[in-house]
Amino acid sequence: MITSAIIPRPLARLPWRLIFLVAAIAGFGLLVLYSAAGGSIHPWAVKQAIIFTVFLGIAIAMSWISESTIKAITFPLYGATLVMLVGVEALGFVSKGAQRWLELGPIRLQPSEFMKPAIVLTLARFYELVPAGEIRKWRAIWPALLLLGIPAFLILVQPDLGTCIMVGLCGVTVMFLAGLPWWIFAGPAAAVAVAAPIAYNMLHGYQRKRIDVFLDPESDPLGAGYHISQSKIAIGSGGIWGKGFLQGSQSHLDYLPEGHTDFVFATMAEEWGLVGGVLLIIAFGLVIRWGMRVSNTARTRFSQLAAAGLSATIFFYVSINLMMVMGLAPVVGVPLPLVSFGGSAVMTVMLCLGLLMALERQQRTVTTIA
Amino acid sequence: MNQAKRFTSAHQSISFSRRMLLLGGAQVGVGALLIGRLGWLSIAQNAKYQLLSENNRVQLIPVPPRRGWIIDRNGKPIAINRSSFRVDIIPQQLIDGPRVVATLTDLLKLPPDEVDRINRELEHSRGFQPVSVADNISYEQYAAITVRLPELAGVAASRGFSRFYPAGSAVGQLVGYVGAASAAEYEKENKNPLLLIPGVKIGKEGLEQAMESTLRGQPGGQRVEVTARGKLVKELDPKPDRSGATVQLTIDADLHEYAARRIGDQSCSVVVIDVTNGDILAMPSMPSFNPNNFSDGISTNEWKMLSADDHLPLVDKALESLYPSGSTIKPSMAMALLNAGIDRSQRVNCTGAFQLGNHTFHCDKRHGPVDMDAAVVHSCDVYFYSMCLRVGAEKLSPMIRSMGFGEKFDLPFDNQRYGTVPDPDWMMRKYHRKWQGYDTVNMSIGQGMVLINPLQLAVMASRLATGKRVVPRLLKNKPIVPQTQLAVDEDHLNFIHKAMWGVVDHGTAASAKLPLDGIQMAGKTGTAQTHNLSASERGDYTSATWKLRDHSLFMAFVPFDKPRYAAAAIVEHGGFGAAVAAPLIRDTITFLYDKPKAIAALHNFEQSIGGPLEERATRKTAMWRAANGLPPLPATQA
Repeated sequence: MITSAIIPRPLARLPWRLIFLVAAIAGFGLLVLYSAAGGSIHPWAVKQAIIFTVFLGIAIAMSWISESTIKAITFPLYGATLVMLVGVEALGFVSKGAQRWLELGPIRLQPSEFMKPAIVLTLARFYELVPAGEIRKWRAIWPALLLLGIPAFLILVQPDLGTCIMVGLCGVTVMFLAGLPWWIFAGPAAAVAVAAPIAYNMLHGYQRKRIDVFLDPESDPLGAGYHISQSKIAIGSGGIWGKGFLQGSQSHLDYLPEGHTDFVFATMAEEWGLVGGVLLIIAFGLVIRWGMRVSNTARTRFSQLAAAGLSATIFFYVSINLMMVMGLAPVVGVPLPLVSFGGSAVMTVMLCLGLLMALERQQRTVTTIA
Repeated sequence: MNQAKRFTSAHQSISFSRRMLLLGGAQVGVGALLIGRLGWLSIAQNAKYQLLSENNRVQLIPVPPRRGWIIDRNGKPIAINRSSFRVDIIPQQLIDGPRVVATLTDLLKLPPDEVDRINRELEHSRGFQPVSVADNISYEQYAAITVRLPELAGVAASRGFSRFYPAGSAVGQLVGYVGAASAAEYEKENKNPLLLIPGVKIGKEGLEQAMESTLRGQPGGQRVEVTARGKLVKELDPKPDRSGATVQLTIDADLHEYAARRIGDQSCSVVVIDVTNGDILAMPSMPSFNPNNFSDGISTNEWKMLSADDHLPLVDKALESLYPSGSTIKPSMAMALLNAGIDRSQRVNCTGAFQLGNHTFHCDKRHGPVDMDAAVVHSCDVYFYSMCLRVGAEKLSPMIRSMGFGEKFDLPFDNQRYGTVPDPDWMMRKYHRKWQGYDTVNMSIGQGMVLINPLQLAVMASRLATGKRVVPRLLKNKPIVPQTQLAVDEDHLNFIHKAMWGVVDHGTAASAKLPLDGIQMAGKTGTAQTHNLSASERGDYTSATWKLRDHSLFMAFVPFDKPRYAAAAIVEHGGFGAAVAAPLIRDTITFLYDKPKAIAALHNFEQSIGGPLEERATRKTAMWRAANGLPPLPATQA
C-alpha cells in the first residue's frame, strides 16, 4: 500500500506490491517471448503485452467487487460454465473432433479455464453454507463431489487431462481446507494408487504414451520424448548464468518445441540460467504467499476458503508446468501463467488475482464480522 | 486424534489454520523441489546438456577425404585418384522413379545390365543411402543432367574423385579394389556417416582393404548451424579434411606389369624378391579382374563371367593357392641330405623306377648312375627316393621348413594360405597314422602332402641363394627383418648354387638361359602332378584336358655367383616346369637387367597369343557375352 498525499485514495489503496510483482513476472515473460521470436516483438510479445494489460485492468477493476456480489454470482457463474462445457462437448460431437473452445465472434472462450476459479468459489460458497456441525457428515461431502466431479469429467473427455487435473486439485484443496475428514483424502489416494494401473489402460493412446515416455524419456528421444528431452537440454545447457539474452540455441534453432507456450520456462532458463529460474520461482512464490495471507487474515469462511483455493490455483498452474518442463511430471499441456504466450492462462490467473484483490480489499475496508 | 463429538466453528477455525499450515508447507516443499531440480539440471548435469545442445546446434556436413595413393618403390603410381563426374539417386527424394530412371538411361546411354542393377538397388535401398547411377561420366553427360535437375527430383550430379589403377588388371590381385560401403560395412563402422556420401569408396579386397585405415584419411566437414528442421542458419569455421596417407610398396610397378603381361593366358603367379632385403618386387597373379571396373560396382554378368572362369581371376594365386612343390623341393632336400651326412659324390643307379614294398615309384626317365649334382641338374627322382629313405623324414622336414615352405609371412593380406610340410608328428596329429616309407618317398620329390604357395617358392629361392633367412616385405615403411644365418654350410651352399646353375646351363631348364652377357641364372624346375596320368598321356598334352595337366613350376636366382634377385613362378596346368614356367622367369629376370630386350621378347610373345592384355580381355568378354546370349557391350569412352 502506498500512502501519499499526492496519490488519490482509491489508487493508493490498491495492493501495489502484488501488482508490481505480477507486472514484473509478465514483463520478464515478454522479454522471453521477444527472444523466442528470434529477437522480435512479433508475433508474440506485443499481443501478449496487450492481453496482459487488458486483463490486469480487468483484475484491478474486479478488486472493487464486494464479497457479497461474488457470493451472489458464484452459483450462476458455475451453472453457466457447466452449460458451456456441455455445449463444447456437443459441438465436438457434431463436428466429430476434439473441441475445447466456443467461438463467440472474435473471441475464443475456453469454458474449462473459467471452471478453475468457478469451482473454487462454488465449493467455498457451498462449505460456507454447511454448518460447522455438519461438516463431517456425508451430506457435506457428496454434493461437493458432484459439483467437482461433473465438470472434471466433462473436461477429461474433451480431452484435456491437464485442465482436468488442475480443476480436480483446486476443488480438492478447498474441500481439504473446509475440514472434511482425513479419510476422504487418504482413502481415494490409496484407491488411486491401486487403480492407477487400471486407469492407465483406459487412457487415450497419446496420453498413455506421454506417461510411458515421462517415466523414461530417453526411450524415445526423437518421438514422444522429444519435448521433455529437448526441454531438459535447454534448461541444463543454460547453466548458472544462462547463455545470455537472445543467445539460446535450443529455442532459436527450433529444437525446443512449444518454446513460447508450454515450454517457455525452458526458453527462459536457457538464456537466463539457474539465476533467472530461481528468481521467477521466488516471484511466483511471493504472489502465492500474498494470496495465502489474504486467506489467513480473511474474516469470513467464504473468503478464507476462496482465497486459499484461488492461490492454490495459481500454485498448481506454476508447479505443474515447471514439473512438466523439468521432467518431473508428464507433459499434460499446462502453460506457465503470465509467461507463456496465450490468453487463457493469463485470463484465469488474472481472474483469480482480481478475486483475491477484491477479497483483500474487503478485509481492509469492511469491518463487519461474518 | 479423536475429535470432540460436536464440531463447532471454533474447531473449524483451528482445523482450517492447521490445514493452511500444512498446505503452505507443501507449497514451500514443492517450490524447494523445483529449485532443487533446476539446480541439478543446470549445475550437476550442465556439462552433459551443454554437449547435447551443441550437438543439436552444430551439424557437420562431412567432406570426404581424398584417398591416399598406392605407389611403387620408385614412386610410380599404382593406385591414384582421378577427378570424375558422377550421378546418384537419393531414394528418399525420388518422386517418379520409373520416369527418372528412364530419362537417365536415355541421357547416359546406360546398358540394360546397369538399368537392372539400379532398379534392383532402388528397391532394396535404405532410403537415405544414395544409389549410384553412373560414375566417371563425361563432362557433356554431366552438363546434360545438371540442366535437367529441376525435373529430376532425387537425382544428384556431383564432381568427385574416382580410383584409377594405371596398370589395370595387372595389379588387380595385388591392390584389390574399392567400392561403395555395403549396409553391413556401414553398421560395422558404427554408422559412420562418411560411408553414406555418394562416391565415397572403401577398400573391399587386397591392399585397398588391408590398408584402409591408412588410405582413407580423416574426413573434414563444413560445420554449420542448422535449425531442427534442417534449415541452414550460418556457416561456422570448417574442419579441414586430411587426405589419406600414401602407401609405398616394395613392388617395382614396371617389373610387376611386365611379369603380369608375360604370363599371357596362363593361370599363373610370379613372385620376384630382392634377396638382399626381402623386398617383393613383383607379385602378379593372372588372369585377374580389372579393378577399374570394380570401383563403379560391376554388373552381375561381369561377376558371373569372372566367377565361372576356370583360370580363377578372383583368386590371388600368389598367396591363396596351394600347389605341390614338385621337384623344386630338391635343392633344399639336397641341403638336408648333406647336413645329414650324405656324401654328395655317392651315386644311385636310376633305372627309371623305384620299388618300395609292392609299389613302384617312377622317374621321368632312366638316368643311370647319378650323384647329387646330376640328380639336381637332371631332376632324378630315384636318387631322392633312395637317399631320403636312408636319412628319414625327421631330418628332412626341418630343413624344408627353414627354407620357407609352410611359413607364415606378415603381409597385409588377410586370406593367405600357408600350406604344409609334413613330418611323422604332423601325420599322427592330422591323420592319426604312422609315417610310412612311401610318405618319405612322396615328400622327397615335393608330392604327397607337401603344399606351397608361389611366394613361399620365391622365398625358398632367396634363402637358397643367400643361406640366410630372407623375410619377404611388401610395405616400404615396414622395417627390414634382419637376415639370420640358416643352418647350412658355406660349402654346401656353393655346391647347391653350382648344381642349380647346372639346371639352367645344361639341365632341365637349359631352354631358359638368360640372353644376357655375364649374368647367369641358377634355378630348379618342378612339375607337380595333379592327376595320375599314364606316361603316354603325360607326354602328349593335347590329349589331356587342361584341368588334368601337371602344374609347371620354376624357381631361380640371379646372378648365380652373387645372388641379387630370386624369382618363382607356378603355372597352373602348364605341363613341364621347363616348358612354361622357366621361360617366363627368364624373360622376367631379363627385364631387370635389359628392358629393351625383354620388351621385345614380350612383344613377340603377345603377338603369338593374340595381342596385349586388355585387348585380349575385351575380346574374351565379348566372346563370353555372345556365348551366353547377351548383347555386346557398347563401346566405352577412354
